[in-house]
Amino acid sequence: MPDKKRKTPKLDELEKGEWPSFVKEIKSAADKNAMANDLLGQLERSYEEKIGHWKHGGIVGVLGYGGGVIGRYSDLPEEFPNVSHFHTMRINQPAGWFYTSDVLRKLCDIWEKHGSGLTNMHGSTGDLVFLGTRTEELEPTFKELTDLGFDLGGSGSDVRTPSCCCGMARCEWACYDTMALTYFLTMHYQDELHRPAFPYKWKFKMSGCPNDCVAAIARSDMSIIGTWRDDIQVDEAAIAEYAKAGMDIQKDVVANCPARCMEWDGKKLKIDNKACVKCMHCINAMPKALAPGKDRGACILIGAKAPIVEGALLSSVLIPFIKLEPPYTELIELVGKIHEVWSENGKNRERVGEFIQRVGMGNFLEAIGVEPTPEMVAHPRENPYVFYEEYFEEDSEDKS
Amino acid sequence: MGDPASVQEVSDAMYKLIKDSMGQKKWKATDLTKAVTEMFGEKCDKNMAKSAIRELIESGKCVYTYFGGSFIEIPHKEGAEN
Repeated sequence: MPDKKRKTPKLDELEKGEWPSFVKEIKSAADKNAMANDLLGQLERSYEEKIGHWKHGGIVGVLGYGGGVIGRYSDLPEEFPNVSHFHTMRINQPAGWFYTSDVLRKLCDIWEKHGSGLTNMHGSTGDLVFLGTRTEELEPTFKELTDLGFDLGGSGSDVRTPSCCCGMARCEWACYDTMALTYFLTMHYQDELHRPAFPYKWKFKMSGCPNDCVAAIARSDMSIIGTWRDDIQVDEAAIAEYAKAGMDIQKDVVANCPARCMEWDGKKLKIDNKACVKCMHCINAMPKALAPGKDRGACILIGAKAPIVEGALLSSVLIPFIKLEPPYTELIELVGKIHEVWSENGKNRERVGEFIQRVGMGNFLEAIGVEPTPEMVAHPRENPYVFYEEYFEEDSEDKS
Repeated sequence: MGDPASVQEVSDAMYKLIKDSMGQKKWKATDLTKAVTEMFGEKCDKNMAKSAIRELIESGKCVYTYFGGSFIEIPHKEGAEN
């Protein structure tokens, strides 16, 4: 039990209003957990002084693993002794974040016993995040987690915990089984997940369709996004129902198509499927009438990252279409080649997207043995990556 | 080509590299792999280097650390804990 309740006038402001409040949750934990109580005190102090009071650790972990624990220490340990250590543990989440209520209770029991009782459900990596424990509690927590069938996730320069949307488990648009692939990749890359061996982090994120609910295109070094290569499935009677119910199909669907590949004459919707860029807008607008085609698979994109060391990057097309079915041999071979080239030549803290920018997409493709295709061109006339030798030959002939 | 090096030999060589450059250089797994494959030539491939790193870590002689990127170091007291 905490010694005394802390006064937190500034944090109290963040409890006001209708929305859920993290302060309310920390206070609730603080009633029975000294760590959560000191966290309140240190956070109030940070709000007063407008400065953070955490220090980043770099050594703590569990035996044999190089990831899964992020060391945190207070720089005010004498004032807030119960958060002098406040390490984070990343727990590898099940694909699609499916849990039973029973297992959630058991996870929370473990964390109340060994840590602050505070969690993030879930962190931006996808992992279930346990917030705040002491160094000596790491191994006992890990032991109880593994007994329950859970494992730590990734952190540092390793394969980060693969994450995905709920895919075929709950969504009609899934073009491949994201959860099966996520489970497969998690198991296949166990060594790389727990033992950092790369220049920097490597993230896989799997989205079942181009709606990209896990934002794979913005956050993952390899974004695997479901798509199709035949025609959009159309139910003309259902389109007529939408029109009859008052939907302005011309304004709300056709005019918003980025590829301008649709026409509506008031009775029939005509789609030029060859020009479709699979943006999903029309399907999202009329889900009862339109659906992705039947020849489904995924597009593999490479190189996204958030702005940590350098600026943010969106991933760009590497493989326009691939059928993703077990045993995923083609995908694993591709990833192996990329890892080899990047590990061999990447600089410290250089994400694969930055590596590609540095060496050039043309050189990168040559190194991994992938032929350039028009789909890799992000914007017409401004792709800086691919140079065709024939172009230079013609150019030099013109000048001579 | 002679007999391949043993995991222990490669692991010991890695440990020496890390120990001799303590305080001057931090080693990443990729750096260690490059160093020992160069040192042992055909007697050590990348898989052998990987096993040697695992041996180093699981024996407790070295630990993974994180300071921006992930490194392999001889265990020492956490500076941030002071």
